[in-house]
Amino acid sequence: MTDTPPPPPTPPVATAATTPEAPATGNSEYSIDIRGLNKWYGSFHVLKDINLQVSKGERIVICGPSGSGKSTMIRCINRLEEHQEGTIIVDGVELTNDVKNIDTVRREVGMVFQHFNLFPHLTVLENCTLAPIWVRKTPKKEAIATAMQYLERVRIPEQANKYPGQLSGGQQQRVAIARSLCMNPRIMLFDEPTSALDPEMISEVLDTMIDLAETGMTMLCVTHEMGFAKQVADRVIFMDYGEIVEQAPPEEFFNNPKHDRTQLFLSQILAH
Amino acid sequence: MNELLTHTRLPDRAPPVSEVGIVHWAKKHLFGSVSNTIMTLVSLYILYLLIPPLVNWALLKANISGTDRSVCDANAAGACWTFIKVRFNQIMFGLFYGSHPDQIWRPVLAFFMLVGLLTPLFIEKFPFKGMLGGFILLVYPFIAFALIHGAWLGLPVAETREWGGFLLTFVLSSIGIVAALPLGILLALGRRSELPVIRSFSIFYIELWRGTPLITVLFMASVLLPLFFPAGVEFDKVLRALIGITMFQSAYTAEAIRGGLQAIPKGQFEAADALGLSYWKKMIFIVLPQALKISIPGIVNTFIELFKDTSLVSIIGLLDLLNMAQTASQSIEWKGYDTEAYIFAAFIFWIFCYGISRYSQNLEAKLDRGHRN
Repeated sequence: MTDTPPPPPTPPVATAATTPEAPATGNSEYSIDIRGLNKWYGSFHVLKDINLQVSKGERIVICGPSGSGKSTMIRCINRLEEHQEGTIIVDGVELTNDVKNIDTVRREVGMVFQHFNLFPHLTVLENCTLAPIWVRKTPKKEAIATAMQYLERVRIPEQANKYPGQLSGGQQQRVAIARSLCMNPRIMLFDEPTSALDPEMISEVLDTMIDLAETGMTMLCVTHEMGFAKQVADRVIFMDYGEIVEQAPPEEFFNNPKHDRTQLFLSQILAH
Repeated sequence: MNELLTHTRLPDRAPPVSEVGIVHWAKKHLFGSVSNTIMTLVSLYILYLLIPPLVNWALLKANISGTDRSVCDANAAGACWTFIKVRFNQIMFGLFYGSHPDQIWRPVLAFFMLVGLLTPLFIEKFPFKGMLGGFILLVYPFIAFALIHGAWLGLPVAETREWGGFLLTFVLSSIGIVAALPLGILLALGRRSELPVIRSFSIFYIELWRGTPLITVLFMASVLLPLFFPAGVEFDKVLRALIGITMFQSAYTAEAIRGGLQAIPKGQFEAADALGLSYWKKMIFIVLPQALKISIPGIVNTFIELFKDTSLVSIIGLLDLLNMAQTASQSIEWKGYDTEAYIFAAFIFWIFCYGISRYSQNLEAKLDRGHRN
């Protein structure tokens, strides 16, 4: 079957998220529960009726052509982007305009960016301890100990007192992963973590992510590293024109895609 | 299968001799081409015309002995530094201290106390920087005021309107600079705020003060401010000038900082948000340290401008370094030696402005983290 993008509905009048009642704080069975998510940039409809439930410990890879809304979707999960319709419940907390809920969710959700976004004026260690100390109120000594532990896990403890500008791209991205982990998040979001790296550095970052996946962390990764998807993903999601076109376990997704659009995309990225 | 070759790296060699050394530098920069050579020679000739007479007048033939103008009048070919020597206290410390040389230890003590307090802040490993900084900002000004004014300590009183010369320049510009910095930071953040009331207020404030010349601001501070106080309340002139200067300076500082804020990549804000940092923590720990570093040249530029612009307080009858030097040169005893007065004032201004400029360059180099955004 062929997907023709449906005509975009007009944006709703109210910009606040729907369901005015108090946010659900009970224990949800899902780690992330997205229902009827719609988002517009001005009159451009970027996300259309997204429904996505992520179980605890599930590892999801999201792929799709550029401009398909993959990044926007995961950026909605920690409210770097505001949505206009639908509900997003993260670890039992609904994302609304309530700053308290946003802060709660952000404490529990770590994010790794395409361009690392390390703080260049702070050392690697300071990058890793800043949020635990000032957001989680962890004592400084404890924060340093935790940071060193995670820096060891991403295999760069010896760089702790250097500044990000002195590290290679792959090292910087591993620091970014450690920085997120220092907040002890329950969910990790990866937004094209290897797209800005030199080819020789991609594998060191992927190895770190594979290690992390083996610990049972809930992970959502926007990436085109299909080898990574095959190895660690529980589910692969394909997005196009702001919609989830297809989702399936990796074997099924790669060997037996159901949509022609998915097939075309796969043939293009796997061809070279 | 073929055996793999092992690649041996070539060793590094020193660059060719023609690329280094002073002769090479001169060849490249002074005599690189015909036009380059001509410009070098013309510049040397101009320097030859200017420098020897200047050195002759200012140093070799200059007068410094004696206590009145008779020496200078006898030797008109040289500068009359005797005048500066005799009127030094007045030019540096104003009318009160000029006529009470036995009290000059008070501003001198206050100045060296400040230097002594500031020095540890520049020592990398000094542990009590925060406490010392707080002391300098909150306690020192009162000590300095007590010393220079004198009433609180039972010393002969130097009314603020009798403050003048370099002392006044220093007081006005340093307090103006220090007070304007936090205001400027708040205004710069306000101007980029998402809250329309705060943003509008900041824009209105900044554009109001930026659109008004300092001389007008000082005039308004002098004439308008007293209207807000009940009749008969004498509102200190120096304080009025300070309020005007701080308001004015904060608008310029804000714009310099806004330039820095705009240069911070969006990813920095997002990374801070994603870690759960609140607005103020994000600004204090992530955004401002980077933005202020970028803004250093701009902020220092406004500082230097302010330092020199304090001369405009003459409009409200205060005599800063420049005006005091001018006043001294117009006295009956020293009429005709105003060149010396202006050169001396310019020299003092230059020393301080150049010092500020050098320090800011050091600071930039020290804060450089090898990262280009």
